[in-house]
Amino acid sequence: MLIMRHELLLIAITVILLLVEIFLPADKKSRIITPAILLMTTVLILGFLPGPTGILFGGMYQTTALTLLLKNILNIGALIVMIQSADWLRKPENKEKISEYYILMLSTLIGMQYMISSGDFLMFYLGLELATIPLAALAAYERFKEKSAEAGVKLIFSSALSSGILLYGLSMVYGTTGTLYFAEVGPAFTGTPLQVLGFIFFFAGMAFKISLVPFHLWTADVYEGAPINITSYLSVVSKGAAAFILTILLFTVFSKIALMWSNVLYIIIILTITMGNLFAIRQQNLKRFLAFSSIAQAGFILLGMIGQSQYGMATVIYFVLVYIFSNLGAFGVVAIISNRSGKENINDYDGLYRTNPRLAMVMMLSLFSLAGIPPVAGFFGKFFLFAAAANHGLYILVLIAIINTIISLYYYLLVIKAMFLNRSDMPIPKIKSDFYSSLGLILCLVGIFAIGIFSAVFEMINGLSFGLY
Amino acid sequence: MSFLLLFIVIPVLTVIGIFFSKTHMQVKWTAVIGMSFQLIMAGLLIYLFLAARAAGNTAEILFPQDMVWYKNLNIHFFIGVDGVSVAMIGLTSIVIFAGIFASWDVTDLPREFFTSLILLASGVFGFFISLDLFTLFLFYEIAVIPMYLLIGIWGSGPRHYSAMKLTLMLMGGSALIMLGLIGLYFNSAPDGGPLTFNLIQISKVTIPMPAQRFFFPFLFVGFGVLGALYPFHTWSPDGHASAPTAVSMLHAGVLMKLGGYGCYRVAVFLLPGAAHEMAWIFLILTTISVIYGAFGAIWQKDLKYINAYSSVSHCGLVLFAVLMMNQTAMNGAIMQMISHGIMTALFFALIGMIYGRTHTRYINEMGGLMKVMPFLAVAYVIGGLASLGLPGFSGFVAEMTIFVGSFQHNDVFHRVCTIIAASSIVVTAVYILRVVGILLMGKIKNPEFNHITDGKWFDRISVVTLILGITAIGMAPLWLSDMINNGLVPVMQRILLAGPILH
Repeated sequence: MLIMRHELLLIAITVILLLVEIFLPADKKSRIITPAILLMTTVLILGFLPGPTGILFGGMYQTTALTLLLKNILNIGALIVMIQSADWLRKPENKEKISEYYILMLSTLIGMQYMISSGDFLMFYLGLELATIPLAALAAYERFKEKSAEAGVKLIFSSALSSGILLYGLSMVYGTTGTLYFAEVGPAFTGTPLQVLGFIFFFAGMAFKISLVPFHLWTADVYEGAPINITSYLSVVSKGAAAFILTILLFTVFSKIALMWSNVLYIIIILTITMGNLFAIRQQNLKRFLAFSSIAQAGFILLGMIGQSQYGMATVIYFVLVYIFSNLGAFGVVAIISNRSGKENINDYDGLYRTNPRLAMVMMLSLFSLAGIPPVAGFFGKFFLFAAAANHGLYILVLIAIINTIISLYYYLLVIKAMFLNRSDMPIPKIKSDFYSSLGLILCLVGIFAIGIFSAVFEMINGLSFGLY
Repeated sequence: MSFLLLFIVIPVLTVIGIFFSKTHMQVKWTAVIGMSFQLIMAGLLIYLFLAARAAGNTAEILFPQDMVWYKNLNIHFFIGVDGVSVAMIGLTSIVIFAGIFASWDVTDLPREFFTSLILLASGVFGFFISLDLFTLFLFYEIAVIPMYLLIGIWGSGPRHYSAMKLTLMLMGGSALIMLGLIGLYFNSAPDGGPLTFNLIQISKVTIPMPAQRFFFPFLFVGFGVLGALYPFHTWSPDGHASAPTAVSMLHAGVLMKLGGYGCYRVAVFLLPGAAHEMAWIFLILTTISVIYGAFGAIWQKDLKYINAYSSVSHCGLVLFAVLMMNQTAMNGAIMQMISHGIMTALFFALIGMIYGRTHTRYINEMGGLMKVMPFLAVAYVIGGLASLGLPGFSGFVAEMTIFVGSFQHNDVFHRVCTIIAASSIVVTAVYILRVVGILLMGKIKNPEFNHITDGKWFDRISVVTLILGITAIGMAPLWLSDMINNGLVPVMQRILLAGPILH
């Protein structure tokens, strides 16, 4: 029982919320917000307590110290998203379906956790689907808005397609190795042509989820259409989970063809970072802007995977953790401003600092963290990723990545320019943010500063990561 | 705990103090108190350093403190000083102290202005005391990034364009540095053993030549961007012209020195083999910097542009001397950094004060200012004379040392470079004297200038501090030169060991 505690706890609070929903009168639905956040906090804290590790269901499900850590990281992300969405859920048009929102979101989280803990491809696929389908419903949450509905449809179509491709790849893997268990596929995976084809399909499917170029085309539209809090959840937690499981699978199951997938990653990284950055420059809508920036960030995450070292894995996890806090910080500010004033364009942010200094400060620090400027944590995350890639002698790749950080700095500075440098006749009026919005931003800020300056976080992650050399 | 930590702690405390200050005056006085402490600390540091050396302490690094930061990457927080860094810290504290007074009349968002300014200074102080390449780089970026806001919000002219150009070019330079540092790290233990970012430790091993050849250009050009190496100097005139007074002072006075210091401390010191091989390429570029900057200054009509180009020329001379790679020239390079730092800060401060009174920076529109503001005008003449290398001021000592050092090379190539670079002194005299003549002498062109007042008390504090610095070095250069030489000895030993002995 305790081995599966993360999932069980999440299922428990999902059921509780469902029951409360049934018995709560229609006009008091918004009272569910605080208990839901408190429950999630409890889950997060319980998740950090030491617990047993081991395998269940004959190896289909496994818990190691590493998976516990990864699940905790995802829980942190989900909790911050829940806190940040409180203000938005209180709006009259959303009030009736608050618990739906929580239940759908927690279902995806459960799916991700099963996916991370999976010990065979069946479990992995189940978790992946559970993590994806409710997300489409969430993307279409504001169904009275055309764009939101469009986002939901786009997300469900593209994930169905990618799942199909992925499943097709897995069937080839199964056909050639005769097993679905990771522990048995690994040794049998010698890199015959059919197996390589299977791997390519599998990788393409995963690339959809992480939105790597050239499988990124759905990202910007879905991010723009979906409600902002869902967008932040998609870009942070969902992407993080997919990156985690991809790393684990590449390092264990596919480690025998490491040379091949390293070459694949090499090209994909260059494409993803460059395309993401170049498209981000032209965006005016902040959600699209952050969508393309998060595509570029996904490319950086891959840098740590090349070479499958323990240190590389640690940098991937560390970077995702940093990325959760920095991206949620940026999205949090965009969400508050969009909720209160309905403005989402960069031009609308002109002169923001003069009316809302705190929001502008948080936004600036988050963007600096995304760009990799010290002393915030993004700098450490990027530096370690570059070192991980340079460790394998890939200096040209690192150079391309570093040049891309300068390009990304340019477009992050455009937002900072709007907020700090530009003046506007009609700036966004002073916003008095509510308790939960402020709390969400404060958590992000603490994360952005603390993770970098205190080395203990990275050392803990490094201690739990595993590599094959 | 090493008391060097205070150089980072005091600015941080000052920033916190500014955050809690309520009024405009409180903000300014908090900044003044913090930076006065910093100045006193710098004086104390110089005294303690000299005392320790006099007492026979011959360790390469004094007041070291080594704390493990990221254990598995062997990243340390390692601070300590030698003669060169002590001199640079002294320079920084003088310029920032004067800079606070020079920006006394900032009225738009003063809290944010002083916060950014002091954050910038803390980055600079951290850079000069760091002996671990990771922390060195971290502080380097902290010093660069506030420039964007400082120029963008409080600047003048095409400030958005200049701020963006400056930030992107400098961060582009730091991108090259980052690659170079990572390369150094992975080559820091060619004989096995733990990899390290420790500057002193890396200096004791010999990095394989192929790696040296690959990474030296990254490091030298990366730091060279900040040191205004031709053709990467173009951010400098635009940036300096658009920046507010104190920012121009700090930037030209201190921040550009990070480039020179980095080239000397990281690129040439850690990769001496490649430095010997490739010096000629960069010598050509720096010679162009020196002469191009000087000629550039002649054509300009805007006071700030004149001074910005003159900075390109003078900072080019720093890199030029570093590349000569002998003790005398290196000593000159450091002296030039200090001397130019104070001198150019004085110029920019005065230009800011003149602009604040006349509301123009075009020399054609001014004239006869000596009659209405004698104090500032005399200060300007002093700065000008120091800049063109008149004996008695710091500029003369520094440039003389550089050219004596570089003339020790007796091959044609070095001689030609030296002669070309030395001829820039003549050009410097032309533009300095021309400006002094038009600006200060003659008739008052604009009748409104008759109502101009002379420097106020805060202007005077700023100016006097800087002039004291210039004359102190000019009159008694030996103590400074000895202190620098003291720090240079181990560096030079290593550089000479790695390459052909040059005469």
